This record gives sequence, structure tokens and C-alpha cells, in this order.
Amino acid sequence: MSGPVPLTTDHPGQVASATPPAPGRSRRLSDRWLAVAFISPALLLLLAMSVFPLLWALYLSFTDYSATRGGSAHFVWFENYTAILTSAQVHLRALTTLIYVVGAVALQTVLGFAIAYLISRRTHGRGLLTTLFLVPMMLSQVVVGLFWKFMLDAQFGVINSMLGSLGLGQVEWLTRQQTALISLIVVDTWQWTPFIMLIALAGLTAVPKYLYEAASIDRASEWFRFRTITLPLVWPLLLIAVLFRAIEAFRLFDLVYILTSGGPGVSTETLSFHVYKVAFLGFNTGTASAYGILMVLIVIVLTQLYLRYLNKLKED
Amino acid sequence: MAVSVDEAVSTGPVRDRTPAARRFGGRGRSVLEIALLTVLAVVMLFPVLWMIETSIKENRDVYAIPAKFFDFTVTLDHFKDVFVASGGGRSTLSVAFLNSVVVAGVSTVLATVLGVPAAWAYSRFSVKAKKDQLFFILSTRFMPPVVVVIPIFLMYRQVGLIDTKLGLILIYAAFNVPFTIWMMKGFVDEVPAEYEDAAMLDGYTRLQAFWKFTLPLLVPGIAATAVFALIFSWNEFVFAIFLTSSDTVRTAPPAIAGLIGGTTVDWGLVAAASVVFALPVLVFAYLVRKHLIAGVTLGAVRR
Repeated sequence: MSGPVPLTTDHPGQVASATPPAPGRSRRLSDRWLAVAFISPALLLLLAMSVFPLLWALYLSFTDYSATRGGSAHFVWFENYTAILTSAQVHLRALTTLIYVVGAVALQTVLGFAIAYLISRRTHGRGLLTTLFLVPMMLSQVVVGLFWKFMLDAQFGVINSMLGSLGLGQVEWLTRQQTALISLIVVDTWQWTPFIMLIALAGLTAVPKYLYEAASIDRASEWFRFRTITLPLVWPLLLIAVLFRAIEAFRLFDLVYILTSGGPGVSTETLSFHVYKVAFLGFNTGTASAYGILMVLIVIVLTQLYLRYLNKLKED
Repeated sequence: MAVSVDEAVSTGPVRDRTPAARRFGGRGRSVLEIALLTVLAVVMLFPVLWMIETSIKENRDVYAIPAKFFDFTVTLDHFKDVFVASGGGRSTLSVAFLNSVVVAGVSTVLATVLGVPAAWAYSRFSVKAKKDQLFFILSTRFMPPVVVVIPIFLMYRQVGLIDTKLGLILIYAAFNVPFTIWMMKGFVDEVPAEYEDAAMLDGYTRLQAFWKFTLPLLVPGIAATAVFALIFSWNEFVFAIFLTSSDTVRTAPPAIAGLIGGTTVDWGLVAAASVVFALPVLVFAYLVRKHLIAGVTLGAVRR
């Protein structure tokens, strides 16, 4: 940081500046130093709180360690993994999770897109409508879960009360095998339809107006316009939303915990709820870790898909 | 959000150009669409309204069969119960709310302090394998909490962070840093790097240029990002329920969820606690509505 600086020779007025500017070479060096100094604290926190725990889980997944039994961990290599992958119990949970993820995300996508489309066709009150529709999404899953539990309550629930005044029978929403998973899907749909709506609306309002004008001059039918202009232009953004929701739905735990605790029987036990049971009720830490690692692998694949796609979208 | 919503209001003229014969059908359809939207809005908002209603009902009205929609006695007893214990003094719930404020607040500050400089560095400098690093950072945010909590639980047990606010603060900060970096990188990208170059020509160092010229321009973005981080930490449940157990440490979500543990559930109290818990989130979300899309997609989608 000394000596005359070529940069300032063009600006004689700045020579008198109190801080002498750094020469080019050391500037680049200090840039690198700055980058390291600014990035590494954040990365260190992530390494300590995300990467290290996962590596530990990876290690535990090859052992028979139990958090309560204590004692030392013995290597069992892939026993945990084979046990999980061949377990009929786990297959059942995987199926439940699949039904839940596909059902909830599909419902949300259709509903969310429909609402966004309806809102995008309005000229007045859009801001207010959007804000109102977004409320469920901002609530904590705990609040959502608790509240729906009350509304779906067989005895005091308002849903059954309304069904009753319509002359329909009472339904034990959360305590019957057939309806529990459906209830879960409905609640998740209620909470996350606004998410899809929000993103779909962003896509819909970004469609250039002149395309519609051109189409309407050509007397193109509404359906034709929707199919050839709206959908292709909104679809990429919508897919982002769908993938994002799929990852979130796959990770879901809070709602299951509060609404049904996996019951009745195991009818609403998703993979993440099952991991919790293995780890914190069964205390088979080793098995739970292997289970967790397998789930992390699935999430990583989904996330990669999501990020790749996102990247492609940004480059276009 | 409001911006993109208000910007695109000019669909009107397009419809006006449709032939007169089709215009009536258009109006009929319009009425139908408004009706449909109203029904959907009512369905979406009913649970929220029902929650608010339950929180101000007297107990006998809460459990009334059939449910009472309009004619009930208004009471604020449930809200009093949220804050004041039955024997006087502070209730467990109010302590939990305070804990939530501390945990969410401190973890947000931590995530912001760590995340904003990193976002700036990623935006301005050529870092080795930048894209991979950024992807890695975001991937950590997608990890299932139920899985991460198993090793974190063991780790915390080793170092004595189980059932401490610090433990929760650290894990929340770790979950918010990826979000902060991605969200803030977008905001930093919007500030021209030329500002800093110009400042450096004037003799400032890179750090000074960042501090004096770029950072003030980032303040609105930082505020929005911090609000989202605050909402995430405030709403978080999984880590809270597994890593804390005592009433003095426990945050609001597990405390509220704990209200339904017993044989009888005081739904009025649950509703009041939920309203108190959700209100700040809704206010905050309203304040950052412009950035909502970026916020809820972890900064990945920007419009």
C-alpha cells in the first residue's frame, strides 16, 4: 500500500486523498483475502452444523449404536441398510409417503394454478385478493395442524357440525384408516395452495400482453390462447414450484406429528415420521441414521433436479 | 408481490376488443369467475376466521353442538390465560413466547451477520467453483430436519447444548445462513459493482467501498431477508421439540403443541395462543410482501 499509483494519475484531484488507493496487484490479493474472510465464517457454521452431523450420521449408520443403551458402537457395515431396504414396514411407509406427496402436490398445483388464473383475469382488487389467499402459507405448521385437528374433531369439530346441519353423516376424519391420510392431504393442500398460486401468478402476470392481443385479433379461442400462450410460458416456473413443494412434502413431519401421530395404526406414517419413531422411540440410533442417510440421498437427488432446472431457467 | 400484481392491470382493453356478440357471454363468465373466487377465498380463510372466533368464545360456546357461528358471547379470557398463569404470575406460554423472541431474534442476527458478507463476496469476487459452493449451501437447507436432528441431538448431548437456547440459536442460524446467502446474493447482484469500482478509484479500499457505498443500498434487502429468517425460526418446530424439554428454554411452537397433550384439550386457549403466535408473522409477512416469492423459495426464484 505504498508508492505512486497508476490508477490515480488520471485523477489528479484525488492524489491528495487521505487514504492512498491500493496498487492493482495487492488489490487483487486483498480481494481474495476478503472473499475468504467473508465467506469462511458462514461455511464454517454450515460445516459444523450440517455437514459434520451428517458425516457422523453416516458413520453411525454402519454401526449398531443406540443412544440410550450407550456402550461402544460395533461396526455392522451394511446390515442397517439391507435391513431397511428389505423391510416390508419401510416399503409401506414409502408408499404412504408417495401417496401423500403426489396427492398433496397434485391437488395444490391444480387448485393453486386455478386460483392464480382467476385472479390474473381480474382487473380490480388483485392485491387484496392475493394477500388474503396467502395467509395460510405464512402460518406455522404447528398452528395449522392444531387448528385443523380441532376443526376435524369428530365430536366438537366444525366440519362435522356443518355436515350435520346439511343432514349428512359424521366422519371420524383423523381416527379412521381411510380418511386420515386424506385429511392430511387436505390440510397440507389448504396450507400450500397459496404457494403454488403465488408463483403461478408471477408467471401469469409476466406473460407479455401483446401475445394475447395478437391472438385475439386472430380470433383465437380462449382455450387455444390458454393452451398455446399461457401454459407454455407459465409451465417452467410452475414446475419449479412443484419440485419445491415435492421436496418439502417429502420432508414433512410437523403436520403428521400433530394431526395423527402416524395413526390410526400406521396409516399416516410417512418416512420422516417413521425415522423419528425408530430414532427417538425405538432408540435404534444406528438403524435410524442409515434410514436418515437414505432419505438425505433422496432429498439430494430431488434438490439437484430442482437446482439444475432452476439454473436452466435462469440462463434462458 | 404487490408490485407485480399492480403492474399488470391492463388486461381490460384486450377483452374489450372481443366482438359485441361475445361480450355478454364474457360478462356472465366474469360474474361466474368472481363467484368462484369468492367461494375459494371463503374456504381458504374460514379456518383462520374460525380460529380467531374460537379464541374469543366462551368455553361453552367453543364446544357447542351444532357450532355457533355468530351468536356467541365475546370474551378475552383465553388471551388472559395465554399470558397470565391461573395462580397469577407469568404463564408457561408467555415464557415460551419470550424464549421464541430471544431464539428467533438472536439466530436471525447471527445468520444475517454471517450471511450478508458471504453473499456480497459470492456476488463480487470470482471464487473457485462458485456455483458448486452455492448449490452445496442451498442443499444443506433442504435436509430433512428429522434426519439432521438425530446426529445434532447426540452432538449436543456431548457438548452440553441439549436443552439450551444457544443450541437452538446455532441450529436455526445454520438453517438460515443458506437462505440469507441466496436471498442476499440476489440483492447484491442488483447493486452495480461499478459503484464500488468508482469508490476505489477515489481511494477507498474494497472493504470501505462495501461498507460506505454498497451496504447502505442493501439495507432494505437485508431487512426483508432478516424478516424471512425471523419467520422461519419463529415457526420452527422439529428442532425445538427434540432439542429442548424444560419450560424455561422451550420456544412457543412446542409449548403450544403441548397444550393438546392432556386428556381434555382447552381449544379456546389453543386458539388464543395460536392467534398470539401467528399475528406477528402475518404482520411481518405483510411488510415484506414485495419479496414474498423470493422469500418462500429460499431466494431461488426472483421476479
